Amino acid sequence: MKTLWIESVGVAGPGLPGWIASQAALSGAQDFVAAPRVEQAPQLLPPNERRRATPAVRLAFAAAEDAIRTAALEPDSLASVFATSEADTGVLHRLCTALAQEAPVLSPTDFHNSVHNAAAGYWSIATGSRQPSSSVSAYDASFCAGLLEAATLAQDQVPAVLLVAYDIRPPAPLHATRPIREAFACALVLSAERRASAVASIDIQSTSEAESPMANPELEHLRQGNPAARALPLLAALASQRAGVVVLRGVGEQRFRVSVAPC
Amino acid sequence: MTPLHITHFTLSSALGAGRDAQLAALQSSRSGLRQAPFGGKPAVGWIGEVAELDRPLPAELSDWECRNNRLALLALQQDDTLSAVARLRERYGSGRIGVFIGTSTAGVHATELAYRDAGAGHALPAWFNYAHTQNCFSPADFVRRVLQLDGVAVAVATACSSSAKVFASASRAIRAGLCDAAIVGGVDSLCLTTLFGFSALQLVSSDMCRPADAQRNGISVGEAAGFVVLETKGPAGGLALLGYGESSDAHHMSSPHPQGEGAIAAMQAALRRAALDPAQIDYINLHGTATPANDAAEDCGVHAVFGDRTPCSSTKGWTGHTLGAAAIAEAVLSLLCIEQGLMPQSLNTRLRDPALRTNILMQPRRVPVRRVLSNSFGFGGSNCSLVLGSVA
Repeated sequence: MKTLWIESVGVAGPGLPGWIASQAALSGAQDFVAAPRVEQAPQLLPPNERRRATPAVRLAFAAAEDAIRTAALEPDSLASVFATSEADTGVLHRLCTALAQEAPVLSPTDFHNSVHNAAAGYWSIATGSRQPSSSVSAYDASFCAGLLEAATLAQDQVPAVLLVAYDIRPPAPLHATRPIREAFACALVLSAERRASAVASIDIQSTSEAESPMANPELEHLRQGNPAARALPLLAALASQRAGVVVLRGVGEQRFRVSVAPC
Repeated sequence: MTPLHITHFTLSSALGAGRDAQLAALQSSRSGLRQAPFGGKPAVGWIGEVAELDRPLPAELSDWECRNNRLALLALQQDDTLSAVARLRERYGSGRIGVFIGTSTAGVHATELAYRDAGAGHALPAWFNYAHTQNCFSPADFVRRVLQLDGVAVAVATACSSSAKVFASASRAIRAGLCDAAIVGGVDSLCLTTLFGFSALQLVSSDMCRPADAQRNGISVGEAAGFVVLETKGPAGGLALLGYGESSDAHHMSSPHPQGEGAIAAMQAALRRAALDPAQIDYINLHGTATPANDAAEDCGVHAVFGDRTPCSSTKGWTGHTLGAAAIAEAVLSLLCIEQGLMPQSLNTRLRDPALRTNILMQPRRVPVRRVLSNSFGFGGSNCSLVLGSVA
């Protein structure tokens, strides 16, 4: 695969309130302090859509808007890949609860929010981007699958790609069957073209090396507890602003080595 | 783009299991839609139901037990697909064949049943296996398991464009060296979520769906599973993916852009990748869901690119709208049309809407078909067009 260039990064997680505020903790320069994530209202959504946006969509937007904030590229020029293992389990719970009734009555808003690509749809409406957008899933390997999808898309006649990975904590009774602990999301703007604004390059290749853990036990706990947080070693490497290698777990036994070099 | 050879394809739908059943239904103008209830609830419109999904999965696959995976297995058992993939494994190695599967609801029916069993406020029953049924990746993982593949795999879930976008993803993955060949396809099965969900949006017709009809008033929900093998090499004169185009509407979550602007962008991108002019497309398989809005918007878009010459039709009158498997179903039907020299008519259409300007066929044509464009447009404004054809 060709070298890819990272234009910007976004993050929204417990104790990780945005990329600029999180870099010190992610690089290890400062101690990581776990703290509940502060929810924000999406800035880019028009009022009607903002009203209808669920916690899952707001989570995806938090990371995406964070990445856009420092990107040199206009949001409407970006193709996008949204990677989520479970999409909106809040909506799923409401739909299945309603469907268990004798005469089910579903909320139309809930139904169109139940599509796996709801966040992607809202994002294209919010930014006016008509570029291609994909929504992908690979269970615990969703971030890695999303990164591969974004990497190949970046090489396919688009200026750059916004990759957003997000997963919320499912409500009971679903939570027992899919115990994602805390909501987490991250985003990368990446391009096959090197621009002056790029912050790092990455090279991805298949490997048999072991998956990279996080050195900090709480961050490792977060990494293992949320499919989107599997991105943490890559975010840490980008935060350190030093050359390094991280290994991400793909589907099954597959693993991918990501070589990071700051610009 | 360099064409990607299509060296195998199969589809199972309301028309039956396997290619011959699809072709027989196309040739005899026999719809697979029935007015029937599903899931122990009152009927929601007409449905395109696959027969013989009563048999549970074999014991070694029991973790995966759900309607969606039963349908996937049924489809994989048709047309010697298992042998074809075994030969593929020998040729490339199991780690070099990617799996790209589109779906919208995966095994949600299992979750619906689990909630019904549990009752409000209780834990879900022990039999419920979330990861292998409800989860979006389940059909891709299941296909990977049944076909004994261990290369890259991903589920694409962009509503009704899902199993068209998998062609684009696979094409890019092959080009980038992530795999050397790919299984692309889609699986979506009947469930209460989509029947009652589309009904809540008032998008389901009480009649069989009538695409392009002056009095059309909604979709008929169907189910299907289909698979295609993509390789960089193939026989001369064989079938191929010639191009793909993707775009977003950036308009509305559940209504298409009224002038079809996103559709136009997807179709033009597909033609550019295929290095073809619109006049070189012999037939267009429309998304044609039979909602008033979709068919009107798509007509604007198709007319803007192709004018009123290129013959077109929706085949959803045969299969119903198979959602995450719509695009693969229509890709396979398009491949059959190329093989057989058939342009199907707009089935169930009684009076063509005079407001529609494209050349919607009211009668089938038996003529050589070399290149087909197939459209799929989904909720969230996700558009994907494929160009399929025979290579020299």
